[in-house]
Amino acid sequence: MSAQGDPKGYWKGSLKIVAVVLCIWFFVSYGCGILFKEQLDTIKIGNAPLGFWMAQQGSIICFVLLLVAYMVCMNKLDAKHGYDEEEDS
Amino acid sequence: MSQDVWNFIFIGITFGIYIGIALWAKAGSTKDYYTAGGGVSALANGMATAADWMSAATFISMAGLVAANGYDASRFLMGWTGGFVLLTTLMVPYLRKFGKATVPDFVGDRFYSKSARLVAVVCAIFICMIYIMGQMRGVGIVFSRLFSIEISTGVLIGSSIVFFYAGLGGMKGITYTQVAQYCVMVFAYTIPVIFISMALTGNIVPQLGFIGDFTKGGADAVPLLEKMNTISTDLGLDKYTDGSLGKVDMFCITAALMIGTAGLPHVIVRFFTVKSVKAVRKSACWTLSFIAIIYLTAPALGLFAKTNLVDEVNGKTYKEAPSWFKNWESQGMIAWVDKNNDGIMQFDKGSVFAGKPLMDGEKKGDHGQRLVTNEISKDPNEVFYEKDIIVLANPEMASLPKWLIALVMAGCVAAALSTAAGLLLVLSTSISHDLMKKLIKPDCTDKQEMKYARIASFGSLVVAAYFGINPPSSVVAKTVAFAFGLASSTFFPTLLMGIFAKKMNREGAIAGMVSGLLFTFGYIFYFQFIAEHKNYLFGISPEGIGFIGMFVNFIVAFIVSAFTPPPPQEVQDMVEEIRIPSGAGEASH
Repeated sequence: MSAQGDPKGYWKGSLKIVAVVLCIWFFVSYGCGILFKEQLDTIKIGNAPLGFWMAQQGSIICFVLLLVAYMVCMNKLDAKHGYDEEEDS
Repeated sequence: MSQDVWNFIFIGITFGIYIGIALWAKAGSTKDYYTAGGGVSALANGMATAADWMSAATFISMAGLVAANGYDASRFLMGWTGGFVLLTTLMVPYLRKFGKATVPDFVGDRFYSKSARLVAVVCAIFICMIYIMGQMRGVGIVFSRLFSIEISTGVLIGSSIVFFYAGLGGMKGITYTQVAQYCVMVFAYTIPVIFISMALTGNIVPQLGFIGDFTKGGADAVPLLEKMNTISTDLGLDKYTDGSLGKVDMFCITAALMIGTAGLPHVIVRFFTVKSVKAVRKSACWTLSFIAIIYLTAPALGLFAKTNLVDEVNGKTYKEAPSWFKNWESQGMIAWVDKNNDGIMQFDKGSVFAGKPLMDGEKKGDHGQRLVTNEISKDPNEVFYEKDIIVLANPEMASLPKWLIALVMAGCVAAALSTAAGLLLVLSTSISHDLMKKLIKPDCTDKQEMKYARIASFGSLVVAAYFGINPPSSVVAKTVAFAFGLASSTFFPTLLMGIFAKKMNREGAIAGMVSGLLFTFGYIFYFQFIAEHKNYLFGISPEGIGFIGMFVNFIVAFIVSAFTPPPPQEVQDMVEEIRIPSGAGEASH
């Protein structure tokens, strides 16, 4: 509830988290799935070429993991700056 | 028991549940109606958002798209899931903290302008209207197959049910029905795939079967994807695991779908129903996980079903064809034209004929196959199949029990209804709240506003049902590109600047939105309806142009804002305020 803490520092911290998440997001989808697909296709995961697999399966799995990581990091940042609230949902 | 009885039982039970929930959750105030009172748990909201997001088209056509296009279809898989990363990191936590009921609310307040609000309302109504037409059509088609009734009757039944629980229950009714609908959908989608995966690859997990070996009928193990690559190249197509789309185009379409997803008003408002910013983040994790279950299964299903289809049909005589082949042929979803008169069905290069099969009444050919009146093409391909049967006929192809087929049907209906209801809510809210309350009649009471919302939802449904019954034919499919293009060139950049660029002012935002809108709209309209050629700008098809439209919006907005006065101090303070997660009260209006 309070406005003490350090809004500027908090904002900087959250921008950093967002930037890292979006870099990985770009790399796994556009990078592995589209731009470097051919190079990755020389590697196999099971019977699937890796680039193709990243585009149809891997990137989606990474997206879910990214959101979980984002949640954990942001909650930590909230706690550090005293912005965390009790929530029961 | 016959298939029809099973269908009736399953559809009946699920409808009973939906209506029961609607009666229980009847909305008492506009707060209930718009945001379910703001007290939905993160898990329930995650399920509801997933159901809202996955339309009849996703449920029925996605696997077929992947089967038909192989690697190229990855743009839909990545685009419609990756958008949630953008949505979660850049949009919803801040918009939830802002704490208003609709997206135009934020645009109007942040850019202190009624014109900005009006532009946003028009975009929201347009986007939702395009979407909901397709949904009502989808409901109609599923009903007509289920009960052998006219599509128009099916549309009417679907509309009345949606009106009943969306119009009465508002967001609260919709949210809890969507939770039930998600459960129906996820079982309906995954169970048949597990069976077919076991039959084809001996692997109980479809995603592992996807990268596994083809072992059906005790044959020597062949890598499944390689088998499919061989099938594709034999048909003169590109390898299944390679695409034929240009890299630039692939990149832009994926980007436009992702960014569009993050700017779709009916997805954003879902996150206004939870309690706090923290709950928004948690809810987003749940949402994407629930969506991922289906999106990770779709490529496996597409691959399995296509392998199975070719395997069971190619090179066989019509008499040997499996019974599902004849069932779906009788529905006009499959057709065989014996071009070389050898009595054997052949998959080959090219199309069988132009467009969809037009069955020649009940006339039968020499082998008992139904005849078509289409003009036959010169290509050697003989077997036509509608891509939707990849999901619909899948349980039959895998010889699964009848109740499972009924479950798939109930899943289709759930997918169409849940999305239609979510869209209807945004439509009616845009009209009652943003248009009536905020722009036309600011002094109306909460009760009157509720009344407007219900009238608006009835009106929108009538329009949607009309277009569901009389679809502007090919136009509907083409206009879907509009919805994503518009969302990515108007809402996404404007909301992003509203949150991350404190100095962005009214003039910049409006100029940006309008120019993004005109650029994208103009480009799509030109190539879809006017131009005869396909000499796209940098090879970017209309599906992907929203990505460029976003940059147009950004550039214009920043140039204009540099030459006009900055926003007032209280707006800048408000932006500072929404960047801090704590103290998000209940969503208000």
